Amino acid sequence: MSPISLNHILFISTALFFIGMYGLFTRRNMITMLMAIELILNSVNINFVAFNKYLWPGNLDGVFFSIFIIAIAAAEAAVAIAIIINIYRNHNSIDVADTEEMKY
Amino acid sequence: MPFSFLSIMQFEWSALILLFIVLFLRIGKKVISNTSLLYIVNGLLLINFISGFFAHEDGTLFGTMFVSDSLIRFEKSLLNLGVLIISLQSFHWLSKHHHASEFYMILLSSLTGMFFMLSSNNLFMLYLSLELSAIPLAALANFDLQKRVSGEAAIKYIISSAFSSGILLMGISLIYGALGTLSFDAISLNMTGEPLLLFGFICLFAGFAFKLSAVPFHLWTADVYEGAPVAVTSYLSVISKGAMVFVFITALFRVFANVAESWYQMLFVISIATMIIGNLFAIRQQNLKRFLAFSSIAQVGFILIGISGHSDAAVASAVYFIMVYIFSNLAAFGIISLVSDVTGKENIDDYKGFYSTNPLLAWVLTIALFSLAGIPPTAGFFGKFFLLMSGAAADNNTLIIIAALNMIVSLYYYLRVVKAMFMDSNAQPIEKLKPGWMPVTAYIVCTAGILLSGIIGGAFEYIISIVSTH
Repeated sequence: MSPISLNHILFISTALFFIGMYGLFTRRNMITMLMAIELILNSVNINFVAFNKYLWPGNLDGVFFSIFIIAIAAAEAAVAIAIIINIYRNHNSIDVADTEEMKY
Repeated sequence: MPFSFLSIMQFEWSALILLFIVLFLRIGKKVISNTSLLYIVNGLLLINFISGFFAHEDGTLFGTMFVSDSLIRFEKSLLNLGVLIISLQSFHWLSKHHHASEFYMILLSSLTGMFFMLSSNNLFMLYLSLELSAIPLAALANFDLQKRVSGEAAIKYIISSAFSSGILLMGISLIYGALGTLSFDAISLNMTGEPLLLFGFICLFAGFAFKLSAVPFHLWTADVYEGAPVAVTSYLSVISKGAMVFVFITALFRVFANVAESWYQMLFVISIATMIIGNLFAIRQQNLKRFLAFSSIAQVGFILIGISGHSDAAVASAVYFIMVYIFSNLAAFGIISLVSDVTGKENIDDYKGFYSTNPLLAWVLTIALFSLAGIPPTAGFFGKFFLLMSGAAADNNTLIIIAALNMIVSLYYYLRVVKAMFMDSNAQPIEKLKPGWMPVTAYIVCTAGILLSGIIGGAFEYIISIVSTH
């Protein structure tokens, strides 16, 4: 059995990126949209770790970057969920279709 | 020098110290009234702004991740000045708000992020500081917790900002994969036009364009500006956008100078689209905040033209324009925030007959709008003039002609507001307003800045001189 090549991993991460993008554009629930954004960020994490391991094993730039991305994604999710909770208090719904008072 | 990490990072330290002072005032046993807290914080912000003039040490820190020179310090001082003016103007709003100290804590952490962003010399640092400046802003946009539109603005801001930083990160990861480095210096040496690198650069460019609200990526701007509290809107439209423009210039001119032909084409298309769409949508707006949102989109189009010149003069003209833009936009937002705090009115029609009741405030708003439109005695004219001059250096007359036509269109909608204030009669105009001395100081500073920084030519020459040493 041949070892997994970089191409396989890049294929996975690109697919994950576009699945996240598709989810962000089609889902109407705010929590699900957040999950879609997490998919995008995680695909970037896979990219960084894979590039680090296969192409530039000399230093750990990519691995460190991905650790920081995970931490920042957590912070972002915390603020976003706080906002969503506040929206739920005001609108009684977390569907984006119910929060469109401003248009044009 | 053993303590150079203190003096090179002076702006960051002083913003952080301010943040902690506000925090200790908040959690201390003694309860401080909102008014005295605002006096203390505004005094500290003034000290923070003045202390910026005494920073002088150039250098790099954290293994060249952090860099500081005279141009970067000047940009940081501009941001400090903008924050001080915004803080003076929001006195009315904050003195009645229950969470005034939290407002300053979040604001200052975002400001610290912008300082680090301006000084970043590494894509890793750039990403971290970008997020440090963007995430607190989402919390700020939702600061009027009971208002329905405020929450809507915040969720729109955080989703689009998270999505744009996702795209930006994709670009960074591809550049890292191709070059194996994140440092600006190494990337600028090895950057070539090969497809993978170029694709990474386009992703990075798109992430920046999102934050700048350039046209294909502008959809969040108007909603966020309308829904957020006015103080936050002015912060978003002036400080946040100014910092992004500065970083964008660094990225294009220093890091990606090797692919200048590619990004010139991108800037060409984006700047034309940004000006035209910003102007056309501004014409039909009724809400003043939304109107200023689209006008600020159109202004970004002009800045992008200036940047496309790719010379020292281009950097200087963009920095000068941001300075003028801080004065003129903040003057306009200052009047709007006062009126909206006292009466709750934000529509252009509500401003009919504003001159008959508040002549001085009407004049301040008029001068600000003239400056945004670029009418000669004001600094806005010189700002746009320098931008178009540096854009014209690239010998692309199509771009300049389209920009000139757009300036004529923009005159129409700016003067529409002026006409409503001066000429239209109204049975129930906005009553006579009494701003406190703090907002009045802010108006005086802004108006003086608009009138003097253009006529007194030293400002632009000073910026040119520090750009050439950059």
